[in-house]
Amino acid sequence: MNTSDSEEEFYNERTALVSSESPTMATYTQDSQLPGPADTETKEGASSRLARGTAEREPAVESEDEELTLKYGAKHVIMLFVPVTLCMVVVVATIKSVSFYTEKNGQQLIYTPFTEDTPSVGQRLLNSVLNTIIMISVIVVMTIFLVVLYKYRCYKFIHGWLILSSLMLLFWFSFMYLGEVFKTYNVAMDYPTLVMIIWNFGAVGMICIHWKGPLQLQQAYLIVISALMALVFIKYLPEWSAWVILGAISVYDLIAVLSPKGPLRMLVETAQERNEPIFPALIYSCKRTIEYSLPVSEGTVSLPFSDEETPQSNGEGLERSQEEPENQAFMGRNRTYSAEEEEERGVKLGLGDFIFYSVLVGKAAATGGDWNTTLACFVAILIGLCLTLLLLAIFKKALPALPISITFGLVFYFSTDNLVRPFMDSLAAHQFYI
Amino acid sequence: MPVAVFFGCAFIAFGPALALFVFTIAREPLRVIILIAGAFFWLLSLLLSSLVWFIAVKASNPENVSLQKGLLIFGAVFSVVLQEVFRFAYYRLLRKANEGLAAISEENLSPISVQQMAYVAGLGFGIMSGAFSMINILSDSLGPGTVGIYGDSQYYFITSAFMTMAMTLLHTFWGVVFFDGCEKRRWWVIAAVAALHLLVSGLSFLNPSYEGSLPPAYVIMVLMAAWAFFSSGGSLQTLTQVWMCKKNGVDSS
Repeated sequence: MNTSDSEEEFYNERTALVSSESPTMATYTQDSQLPGPADTETKEGASSRLARGTAEREPAVESEDEELTLKYGAKHVIMLFVPVTLCMVVVVATIKSVSFYTEKNGQQLIYTPFTEDTPSVGQRLLNSVLNTIIMISVIVVMTIFLVVLYKYRCYKFIHGWLILSSLMLLFWFSFMYLGEVFKTYNVAMDYPTLVMIIWNFGAVGMICIHWKGPLQLQQAYLIVISALMALVFIKYLPEWSAWVILGAISVYDLIAVLSPKGPLRMLVETAQERNEPIFPALIYSCKRTIEYSLPVSEGTVSLPFSDEETPQSNGEGLERSQEEPENQAFMGRNRTYSAEEEEERGVKLGLGDFIFYSVLVGKAAATGGDWNTTLACFVAILIGLCLTLLLLAIFKKALPALPISITFGLVFYFSTDNLVRPFMDSLAAHQFYI
Repeated sequence: MPVAVFFGCAFIAFGPALALFVFTIAREPLRVIILIAGAFFWLLSLLLSSLVWFIAVKASNPENVSLQKGLLIFGAVFSVVLQEVFRFAYYRLLRKANEGLAAISEENLSPISVQQMAYVAGLGFGIMSGAFSMINILSDSLGPGTVGIYGDSQYYFITSAFMTMAMTLLHTFWGVVFFDGCEKRRWWVIAAVAALHLLVSGLSFLNPSYEGSLPPAYVIMVLMAAWAFFSSGGSLQTLTQVWMCKKNGVDSS
């Protein structure tokens, strides 16, 4: 492949950093402290300490928690639908308008060295499978490296790595993106203005993601960097390799999160043991504070909740975390107390999920001018996410968010592109309605 | 000019559906989920029917134009039937989900009623059906081109937009009536809905003579609106109450 060296290097480094990120971001949903089990445990502990037993309170509180969990379950689903939809909309809008991201000029990442410009179909298939194997092995190696670093507490190294990589994304990739948008719309721009814009955008992004910032701004930046990363993948992955990689990474995600020796699972468990947030730059979290009061009848009230979660994250991937900032214990006789607790419940989704969902929908939008395929993939991914969240509510543990959505997405992409498209085109040509 | 056509047709086709979504569905997470799942079920039915049509086309002679048109009509009819089957399947799924939701809630009351689910499911079907019919046409209307340059009708875009709006609203009303019929075990209602769907789809086979397809479709839509209104518990009384409330609200505020 004929590539310019310097750009290659940038991309190599960038994708090296990012693909090391992506496995960790690559989705796994984790649920560390759940309302149900946690509450019963602490309550049982409390009741043994109190004069009057809280036994009769437990089932009521537990079922109430479950009801709250499931009632707010729908809210959690929507809280994830919105950012995933936004990311996909940004990617599709860019793909459809800026032609840069759909032009193939022979440049490829070093992780996919085999070219797909081969004469025969068999050769092309073989090359794409080989590309996938290389890419997935790189991701596996990077993940294991990351887990090893985390286990041996080389936090500085990890933080430096993450900061460098988000620096690249926020400055270099957004500069490129802005340049292409200006070219497409023929906007005249001078360098000083551009430097101002990029500097402000990047600096605020670094602060929001790695330090503190308004939640919505942080969410917006995470969506933007996921979209930028997805666009890079769409541009630089060859056609067939991209689809095979999507399939393979869902399988990898399943293994890495669910099997006992999987690297992602070990990462989550280590973070849980140490009670600390993992990587602030790799998870999208939506937090919401709810207040509920539990009226308590005579004799008891103890609702000691132990606070184990920190606001940022616990594990990457999809996660439901509950935080109670207060420990309250009341003892009362013949009186009713209502204990009001503020609870922050949030669901978390890894950025790798955003990226690969957007890659799927973006590729559906890029190949061919058919909007039906894009829409079908979009609906399929949302339904997959919904099912994953349902499973999360049932199993209450870390779950991979990629497999179900990507499977639905792939099935719907290929079937809509090959079966539904000719059907709908023929119907539209005759103006028949079904 | 193309942009004007694009926006005009887009708002004609999707305006009512968008308004219904924004005002009744967007704020309730459960309804949004039911909407998207309804869209998914419609998509599944379309997939299966396209598969059948595709196999039929591949097994036949591509040169024979009238045969291809006949196969297309067969494909459309089969698709309509399959859509109603999937509507029934979705009804069963929603009933089960409703029972689950009621069981875990405190007062054993589900947060959403069957009528609301029927409306949302119908709208989901309608939005997806409308989107699949209209989106490619809309994107074509933006680009350079001439409508009907080979002798086809000049009114392609606008009639498509009106037909899409009718279909979207029809699906909504059919959803309400269908679920109501299933709830009350009136199977003739289900058969009537399927027959009306086949009728509207069949009328579209008369295109491009739009007099035969559009006005009857709108008449059926108005009739279905009335049927859905009365079957979901409305009556002339409630209609007048709405008017009175409006008047009272205006006076008192």
